Parts: sequence; C-alpha cells; structure tokens
Amino acid sequence: MTSAVLVLEDGTVFKGKSFGKTGSTTGEIVFATGMTGYQETLTDPSYAGQIVVQTAPHIGNTGVNSRDEESSKIWVDGYVVRDVSRVVSNFRAEDTLGNELTKYDVVGISNIDTRALTRHLRSVGVMRAGIFSGIEAERSVEELVKVVSSTDQMAGRNLSNTVSTATVVEYPATGERIGSVAILDLGCKTSTIENMTHRGLDVTMYPATASAEDLLSKSPDAVFYSNGPGDPSTASGQVEALQKILKSGTPFFGICFGNQLLGRALGFETYKLAFGHRGINHPVLDRTTGKVEVTAHNHGFAVKVDGGPEVDSPAGFGRVLVSHVSLNDDVVEGLQCLDIPAFSVQYHPEAAAGPHDSNYLFDRLVSVIKSNRGIN
Amino acid sequence: MPKRTDIKSVLVIGSGPIVIGQACEFDYSGTQACRVLRAEGIRVILVNSNPATIMTDPDFADATYIEPITPEVIEAIIIKEKPDAILPTLGGQTALNAAMSLHELGILDKYNVELIGAKVDAIKKGEDRQIFKQLVLDAGADVARSYIAHTMDEVLAGAGQLGYPVVVRPSFTMGGLGSGFAYNEDDLRRIAGAGLQASPTSEVLLEESILGWKEYELELMRDTKDNCVVVCSIENVDPVGVHTGDSITVAPALTLTDREYQNLRDIGIQIIRDVGVDTGGCNIQFAVDPSNGRVIVIEMNPRVSRSSALASKATGFPIAKIAAKLAIGYTLDEIPNDITKVTPASFEPTLDYIVVKVPRFAFEKFPAADATLTTTMKSVGEAMAIGRNYSQALQKALRSLERRGSSFHWDELKLDKNELLEISKVPTDGRIVTLQQALRAGASIEEAFEATKIDPWFIDQIILINEVAEGIRAATKLTVDVLQEAKEHGFSDAQIAALRGMTEKQVRDVRYAANLRPVYKTVDTCAGEFPAETPYYYSTYEQESEVSPSNRKKIVILEVVQTVLAKVLSLTTLACMHRSRSQMRATKRL
Repeated sequence: MTSAVLVLEDGTVFKGKSFGKTGSTTGEIVFATGMTGYQETLTDPSYAGQIVVQTAPHIGNTGVNSRDEESSKIWVDGYVVRDVSRVVSNFRAEDTLGNELTKYDVVGISNIDTRALTRHLRSVGVMRAGIFSGIEAERSVEELVKVVSSTDQMAGRNLSNTVSTATVVEYPATGERIGSVAILDLGCKTSTIENMTHRGLDVTMYPATASAEDLLSKSPDAVFYSNGPGDPSTASGQVEALQKILKSGTPFFGICFGNQLLGRALGFETYKLAFGHRGINHPVLDRTTGKVEVTAHNHGFAVKVDGGPEVDSPAGFGRVLVSHVSLNDDVVEGLQCLDIPAFSVQYHPEAAAGPHDSNYLFDRLVSVIKSNRGIN
Repeated sequence: MPKRTDIKSVLVIGSGPIVIGQACEFDYSGTQACRVLRAEGIRVILVNSNPATIMTDPDFADATYIEPITPEVIEAIIIKEKPDAILPTLGGQTALNAAMSLHELGILDKYNVELIGAKVDAIKKGEDRQIFKQLVLDAGADVARSYIAHTMDEVLAGAGQLGYPVVVRPSFTMGGLGSGFAYNEDDLRRIAGAGLQASPTSEVLLEESILGWKEYELELMRDTKDNCVVVCSIENVDPVGVHTGDSITVAPALTLTDREYQNLRDIGIQIIRDVGVDTGGCNIQFAVDPSNGRVIVIEMNPRVSRSSALASKATGFPIAKIAAKLAIGYTLDEIPNDITKVTPASFEPTLDYIVVKVPRFAFEKFPAADATLTTTMKSVGEAMAIGRNYSQALQKALRSLERRGSSFHWDELKLDKNELLEISKVPTDGRIVTLQQALRAGASIEEAFEATKIDPWFIDQIILINEVAEGIRAATKLTVDVLQEAKEHGFSDAQIAALRGMTEKQVRDVRYAANLRPVYKTVDTCAGEFPAETPYYYSTYEQESEVSPSNRKKIVILEVVQTVLAKVLSLTTLACMHRSRSQMRATKRL
C-alpha cells in the first residue's frame, strides 16, 4: 500500500498509509468523536477547509449510500483514520468509502495513532496540517511543514460562497402545508431541509450572497440561517442582512453558523475555541425546560456572552436569553430573543449524524411561525 | 433534583448463589450500590445468601444478613431493621423477583417500605408479554409476527404468510412439548400435525423465525427529569439463536450506519420512558434483519444486567454506581463523570478502542450435556479484552480464556473446507476457531456467512488475521515491521513463535531487541476529548503511551481469571487489596 505522511504545522509528523486519493492536501486539522455517521460527517459542508480525524478506530464498515449524504459531495479537505474497512457490510451500501473518497478527490491517510493525534490537538489546540501521499510523501519534513504553514488559517477565513448554492432552489412541503421558510444557504445540510419540509414548510433556499430584500421577497413566514464553515467574524454582509430581517419582525431561526451570526447581529462577539466541539455525545442544558439533551456538535467558533443567563442585546434588539449551554464546558449553545421572534442553537437539532433529542426545535420553529401569524 | 432526604436506610437485595446464567456481575453491581449509599450517609442493610462475595464483606454494609433471599426472611429483616426503602435493581432477576413477591404478599405496603430503582408497575410492564408487545409497537419497532392455527389448512396458510423457517409452538403443552423449527412444508406438516394432536385445544402458534438475524443490546439510563442516555451499544458476533451470554460480543456496535443506530436509540428511549424506568438503568435487546434492516425488540430488563457490568467496564461509565445515585433522587446532570471529574454523567460515552467479550464454557465437566449453543445460556463465565481494533481485542480475549485450543492457530489443517464449514453451522464452544480454520481452508466470506450468519465484516476480520499470520510465516526475516503488524492484530509471542518455528523466548528476545513493547492507553469515556483523572488502562502496540513510569513503591495483585466452575471470586484477592491499601496508607504516613 502507498505510504503517506501527516504533517502538522508545529512539526509533528505521523506516518501512515494512503487512503482515498493519492496526492497532497492541506487544511485545519480537527477531531470528531462520533462512533457512527462517518458518511454524514464527510458530506457536511461545515467541514469544508478541514482535515477531519475520526477517533472511532474502524471506519468504512457500512460503506456509503446515497440516502445518508448530507449534501451533494464530500466536503472535508482530508481524512485521517486508524483502520479502514476492507469490506462493506450493510444492506443499503452502494460503494466502499475508499472509492467514494477517490471519486471526490479526497486525500486520506490511515493506520495513524489517532488517539495520540487527538490528545495532541486537545492539549495544544487545532492547527493547520497536510496529508502527503505517494511521491508527495517523499519530500523532506521541513519542506512539508513550510507548505502547511503557508496555507490559510481558519480564523479570518470566509468559505460561505464555496459551499453555498449558486441559484435559488425550492423544496416544497410534504403533507399538510403550514407555511414557508427562506433559508440562507451557508452550507445547509439535507436533514435540515427535510426536517422543515416534513413539518409542512415550503423551503426556498438562497445563495449566501442574498440580501435581506431577497430573503424577504416572497414574504416567508420565517428566515433561517444554516450551519456552515468559516469564521463568523468575516460574515458582515450576512450579519447586516440579518439585522434588517430582525427589524422586519419576521421570525428567525439559526443553527450553528446561523447561531453565531444571530449572536453577532445582536451585538455579541464570536471567538475561536481551542479545539472545538465535534461529536454526537455532547450534553446541553435547555434552560427553558431544565432538561439535558444529548446533541450533535460541529463547531470551532462560539458566541461570547458575558453575564446572563438573561442579558440585553448590545445592538438594541431587547432582552436575550442564553437558552442552551454546554454542560461540558459552559460554552453558549443557544440564544433566544425575548422581545423579538428569533432564536438559534449552536449545535445540530437535525442530527445526521447524531441523536434526535433536540429535534423538538423544529417544532418550536413551527409554533413560533404559528404564534407570530396569530399576532399579525 | 438533589438527593432525597426522606430515605435514611436502604435494604439492598443481593443475587444469591452463582449459577449458570448468573455469575459475579451482580456482586459487582451490588457492591457499587452499597458503597454509594454509605458514602451518601445512608444506612445500608444487605441480604445475600452467597458469602463468597465482596458485598458481604462486613465493610460494605451497616448490617449484613447472610440468609436465603425469600419473602419470609426479607420480611423478618424489614421488621428488625425498619428500612425506608428497598433497592432490588442491582441484584439481578433474583432480587427483582424477591421484590415482586414482597409486593404481591402485601409486605411492602404493610411495613410502608418503598421500592426504589424501579417501580412495581415498570417491572410488570417489562415482563408482561402482551403489554410489552404493545409498548414496542407504539415505539415504532416490531415484534416477531405470529399466527394462531387450529387446522392443518390454517397452519399452511399461516406458514405461507410468515415464510420458512417458521417456529411451531403447540398451545398449553408441558415444557414446550411438540415445538420446533419447520424449514419446509414437510417439516411443518409433521411438527404442526403432532402439535395439533398434542395441544388440548388443538391449537398451534406459528411464529416468524428470526434465527440468524443480527443481535444488538443497548444499555440505557433515565432519571426523574426524563433525561435519558445510552451508555453503550453492544453487538453480538453470533447471530440470534445463541444466547447473548454465550455469544462473542463487541462494544461498540460495528456494523450499523448512524441512521440505523439512531433508530435503535430512539426505540430504546421510547421504551424506557413508556415502561417507566425513571431512576435507574435498563437493558434492551434488538434483532435486526441483515437483508432489510427490520428491527424487532426481543426483550428489556428494568434493572442492572449482566451486560451492564460489561458495558461499565467497556466504557468507564459506572452503571451500577450511577443507578444507585439515581435511585436516591439525583439526576444525571448532578452526577460528575467519574473519569473526567469535570464533565457530567448526562452524556454518552464514546469509545476510541474496541471491547470484545468471549464466553467461557465447561462442557468437559458435564459430559452428558448438549454442547450446542441455543437460546438457553450455558456458559459459566466470560473474559473481556480491550484493543485499539477488533482483531487485537478478539485475539486478546480468546487468549484470556486460558484454554488449550481457544486461540486461533495455523497448524496443519486436519479437515477440508466443506467439512469445516459443515461443523461451523452448529454454534458450539470454539466455533470461532473452526470458522477461522474453514477460512484458512479457502472458504469465502459468502460461504462462511451462509454457514454461520456471522456478519461479513466480522468474517473478514478473521480473514485479515489469517493473512497477517501467513505474512509472519512467509517473511524472510522477523523484522520490526512484521512484528509491529502482528502485534497490532493481537498476535501473542507464542503464536508468532509457532508460525516461525521459533521458541516464544526467541520471539520475545527479537522483539525486545527491536524495542517493540506495548504502550498503555486510557479508557476515558470521551475518546481523548478531555483529560482523564482515573487510571484505567489497556495495552496496545502504537505510537504513544499514556502511562509514565514512576519510582514509587508498587504492589501488583494477580487476580484469578474468569469465573469458571469451582473457581469463583477469590477472597484471597479481596484480602490482598485490603491489606495492600492499608499498607500503602501506612507507608504514606512514614
């Protein structure tokens, strides 16, 4: 098997075997701790620009299938695993993971001490890295560290246009129609759209460059900002648009990147976490119910709210409740505006991969839409 | 909700003698419970008829009764000790049954003693087949389809609906008389014909066969705030038809997509809610049709089970301890994770290693017993091993059985492929080694699956081990690369020696000369995301070791291996631990 090498910008080197496409790739290296759902992870647009390390040792066992894709392609810029499955065992499998990676030109590396790597990233923080296989792996480590160090940092990086739809796309409601939602596609997942259409919401998805006027043009019952990759501090256009939307009184819901942008629109800062939250076992407290949800996470940035749980929006949107908080490290995991119909969560109620505990948030969206309509 | 203040004393019911089907796992869980309750300032009264247990050591309870676990005896203890509550969920089915008898006899009401851990209603719902069936259907899962017939025409029509093979069970016959598997119409006419005759009501129940389906278990916990977590998923390598206790099992489940796993999780949570377990744990068993993913719920136990002990050790999440805390009123988010100390117990452990459990049998001691593995448990103990991958964990676990012939070998083949496959069809002690030989003899994954219904992924892992073995044999020299690969897949020095025609010592000398030694990794519940405070390790061969040698004085305690007949828990070990701990304290004072 072709040899490969993983090089971190701090000079740490792991030797392994080539997996997927042979060649070279660079990106921000992060670890994900889910034991299931590698296919959903790979096709989640939020992972664009990143090399993902999977802590679960056996990857590829169930192959890949078209139903479990969360978007139209694999977005990770590199993939690091310990043991690649040699066979595929699942009645829904259509191909092997290795073939799928090759098909989307994703360079991977296997036979790595992923636990040692994860512990390293946990203690020093995420950083830039590169995977080099085949003849690329024969270059000197100094040279490869230089290649890695010359790439873009994730902080300050804007990837919204890379992952967003180029055109406006419609997804009609299934079942009884309740209303309509305009989605700003910053890297939206298929499951998010399905959770809305299944609840009777017509979805219109707009490119990341859409203005507030575009998003409100069809008088939707709510506007939604999706998850997505990149640094929220670079998204000033979308934040300004969101402020206009909030002023219009249209209900707003945001997930992940959308939560960070709501935070910024309300006047809070966002910051980069040392190694982020990426996994499907994170306990989050819903302060409005006192209940704990086991949730799916994928975020390297978070909203900074001092004091609380109830604070005033520095941008003048009234009172804001930090509605959800991580029980692992107290990171802000959800915001709920108390004077306007807007709320968001940092984690993933659409799951895929992950538990369905917080699926109720889509019901909350429906009730916000209904009650807002009642008022108007 | 914090700890309840109305419970000052608790009667803990143990599990009684060790029998086949119930080893010392409930001593483990009961001991944990006693410790937790006492640490919370609660007076602990213990009843257990088995003196060879840690829990009956006088240090673990305030009052210990080594008495039969019967309602009469427990009533006498209640009269004398006046406990506020009884905790029956940590002593296996024995304790749960005793608690139900106390309820039925009105003893609980008479003395105003509360059942904690599981309510009577929840226990009943789990045990009543009809109620449970409805719960399962309501949770969006399925139960095995069935059909009642009174004539041969109805029997044939029923089999037409259910498909072959079909299980035939005559109604109201003693001891399952006349029941069996019909694989075709001839079988059916014969078995059901006799069954219709044997049944006093001329009635047979035809049931869909789920033999050969994939089998899974989930360990769940729930608190009074309705917070639910799945502590661990376990996959049986041997398919449905072999009792979980007799099956090789692996944690976490390895052959499910996220969509399928989350479906099991959703069903599990719905069931624990509907059954009403709200201060403890439960274990749910599922069967999954490998050809289309259809899910059938086999059963649930509203208590700590054999699998809970395995799940606790596999994940680092102490189920029994947490269950005891939930029983006295705490909620999951109020209990810290034992290992990280800083994160709460209201999370789900994630593993970056593989755990394999293998059963230990003692058929040599029962020459007349049928050694075929069925849905009745026959093993007398088990061994568990942790590795960074499945092949390593499996080989370590088989080696831990410490029995000649229990590990894979590459000696001369004694039978041909077809003979070996034929033997593999019947699940027995050691079938995994027969299967390994069949694969060596050239059986394909498809042929091996056809014979055993073991998932192709697990079969390929044995093929992988065979390939590594051939690589060791064929290598011109025993290089560090060859040794590293062998060790990554769990080969012992003895196995390598046999393959190379060397002695074990020679292999070890080569290995030491190459400085190839095991590293130790931590079981931390979180796949490395947070630092671990508890030293719980396993060995593997990889880049980084997480244990740094110290110069402090140390004591090594060598414990007996698995529970086998005539070799149960060693009280000497217990004495050793007590002695060494006090010695350490003494040393510290010096």
